[in-house]
Amino acid sequence: MASIFAKASADRRLEVRRLGTVGYSEALAMQRALVEERRAGRVPDLLILLQHPAVITLGVKGDGGRSNVVATPERLSELGIAVEETGRGGDVTYHGPGQIVGYPIVDLRPDRQDVHRYVRDLEEVMIRTCADYGLTAGRISGLTGTWLGIETGVAEKIGAIGVRISRWITSHGFAFNVSTRLDHFQLIVPCGISDRGVTSLEKATGRPVAVEEAEDRVIKHFASVFDRDVHGLEP
Amino acid sequence: MATPVTMPQMGESIAEGTIVRWIKKVGDTVDRDEPLFEISTDKVDAEIPSPAAGVLLQIKVNEGETVAVDSVVGLIGAAGETVAAGEAVAEPAAPASTRAVATAVSAPATAAARSPYPSANGAPGSRAPGSVEDLRRRKSSPVVRRIAHDHNVNIESLSGSGIGGRVTKRDILGYLDRAETPAPAHTGTPIGLRIPAYQPGENIEVKPLSVMRRKIAEHMVLSRRTSAHVHTVFHVDFTTVDGIRRQKKAEYEQAGARLTYMTFVARACCESLRAYPVLNAALDGDTIVYKKDVNLGIAVALDSGLIVPVVKNADTLAPVDLSKTIADLAERARAKQLKPEEVHAGTFTITNPGQLGAQFGLPIINQPQVAILCVGAVEKRAVVVNDELVIRTMSYLTLGFDHRLIDGFAADEFMADLKRRIEHFDPASL
Repeated sequence: MASIFAKASADRRLEVRRLGTVGYSEALAMQRALVEERRAGRVPDLLILLQHPAVITLGVKGDGGRSNVVATPERLSELGIAVEETGRGGDVTYHGPGQIVGYPIVDLRPDRQDVHRYVRDLEEVMIRTCADYGLTAGRISGLTGTWLGIETGVAEKIGAIGVRISRWITSHGFAFNVSTRLDHFQLIVPCGISDRGVTSLEKATGRPVAVEEAEDRVIKHFASVFDRDVHGLEP
Repeated sequence: MATPVTMPQMGESIAEGTIVRWIKKVGDTVDRDEPLFEISTDKVDAEIPSPAAGVLLQIKVNEGETVAVDSVVGLIGAAGETVAAGEAVAEPAAPASTRAVATAVSAPATAAARSPYPSANGAPGSRAPGSVEDLRRRKSSPVVRRIAHDHNVNIESLSGSGIGGRVTKRDILGYLDRAETPAPAHTGTPIGLRIPAYQPGENIEVKPLSVMRRKIAEHMVLSRRTSAHVHTVFHVDFTTVDGIRRQKKAEYEQAGARLTYMTFVARACCESLRAYPVLNAALDGDTIVYKKDVNLGIAVALDSGLIVPVVKNADTLAPVDLSKTIADLAERARAKQLKPEEVHAGTFTITNPGQLGAQFGLPIINQPQVAILCVGAVEKRAVVVNDELVIRTMSYLTLGFDHRLIDGFAADEFMADLKRRIEHFDPASL
């Protein structure tokens, strides 16, 4: 029993790394390395927070959502938007400035080995962050992510989720729109869901929101939902 | 001896997984815990490690296929080892049928729970197993079912160009293309849109639904959506039955059976169903399907939910055997030892909430059936008989019925017949 408690308390440590703007493929390689580091026990649980330059990313299922990119390659290169393949679940996604991208590298063992629970927990972090801005966010059954305006019948997605789990160590994660350019989402059908829109904190509150400030909120709620003690808060 | 590789359960509420990629090919050597294949479920992809070191001998479930948790997806063995004949016995069921079995075992309410995608396009009606609609739904590929699920399309409503009327990927994609201007079917019902269950900051605990709980939820909503539920309540005198019960109790116990009120109700109900066959039927589109067998479902409460084991051909059983069968099924239901076929093919259901004191209930029909009987508490009550206030052992019996098929008059005729059979129970028939 004693050893189980010791392990559990050691596992509660969460190191937060705030990296600013990082290229998508660079971040992908970093995640792969960190998953191995985490597996070897050389790092504690990590929450990587960053922003990507404008990029459209494809999932691993089917054609990866290629058919859900509605813009032509010419139009994309004109706008300076790259297209990258990922190793994660889910369909096509857009990332860009003003969007908090969270990559938790967390070992779900021994007590959180449930992929649905993990996804619901990530949603919860974003729901609570929205609440800090006076917004009532929620879930839509069957449509993973965090949504605003559910009660109006015209729900809009503020946070997206795409996760990879390798022997219970997580990578990829969530993308939360703070001041993202929403017109860029029209270049894709987000996650293959065509009849629902996308929104951001700025659009929903009608006032400017600093990404760093929203990041602080995300960190606080992540620590609370995942029951972790935060280390390394400084960027 | 080869080691089977199974579909892992990646979470409490997860009943199945889709293999996205085999990282190793047949003939590749693999270390224990080395990534072997990748699965996908609800926006999550997971890499699954090998359960043993050796050579991947066989892949039983291909990329893109969806199977139930614990299904064997491959075999790991020693280099040069061949797949022994005995191991081939654990044939991987085709994805569609595996799914059906997984659903059935956990289904509280038998057949209709197999239709997890309720139609947004009007009532789907009750489908007889083996019908074209059933085939379209169950035999369509996982890809088609997934597309249908994601777009909330009822596969049964599509015409299929595949073998035996199966809906192919091309059929469903074509349908979705044509539905570009969303039909009312897609926008009319905001399926999935929910008022949030709680507000941020509320003091709550969140737990995933068990598979059984989810199936019950699906089935109940499906039934409410399918049938035009109406209820009728009869006050039935059990005094005669009570007398017979006291008299014959010891005799039954000697035979290893318990003579309960349920035995009498089930017995009388079988006779009334024979007399009024429309209660022992199903609706299939524009046709009525009369069931020639009386297969009586008996609802059994479990710690974690509810299951409805079925007494096959209940009307042909002698009361002592009927009593034994009900007790046996209930006991095995609680011990989770029912076989899938034992919760299937019910034609009428009896539920018995009276044990806890409920006076009467208004039960939901167990699809694709058309009626359900609910037995309230059996207890002594003051009633008026021949202008005198007397004490009688009484119970309220409620019939829930589908008004699409059964009118109030027919339902009440059935109930009056049942009441008469119980109140004048013939001891000789025991």
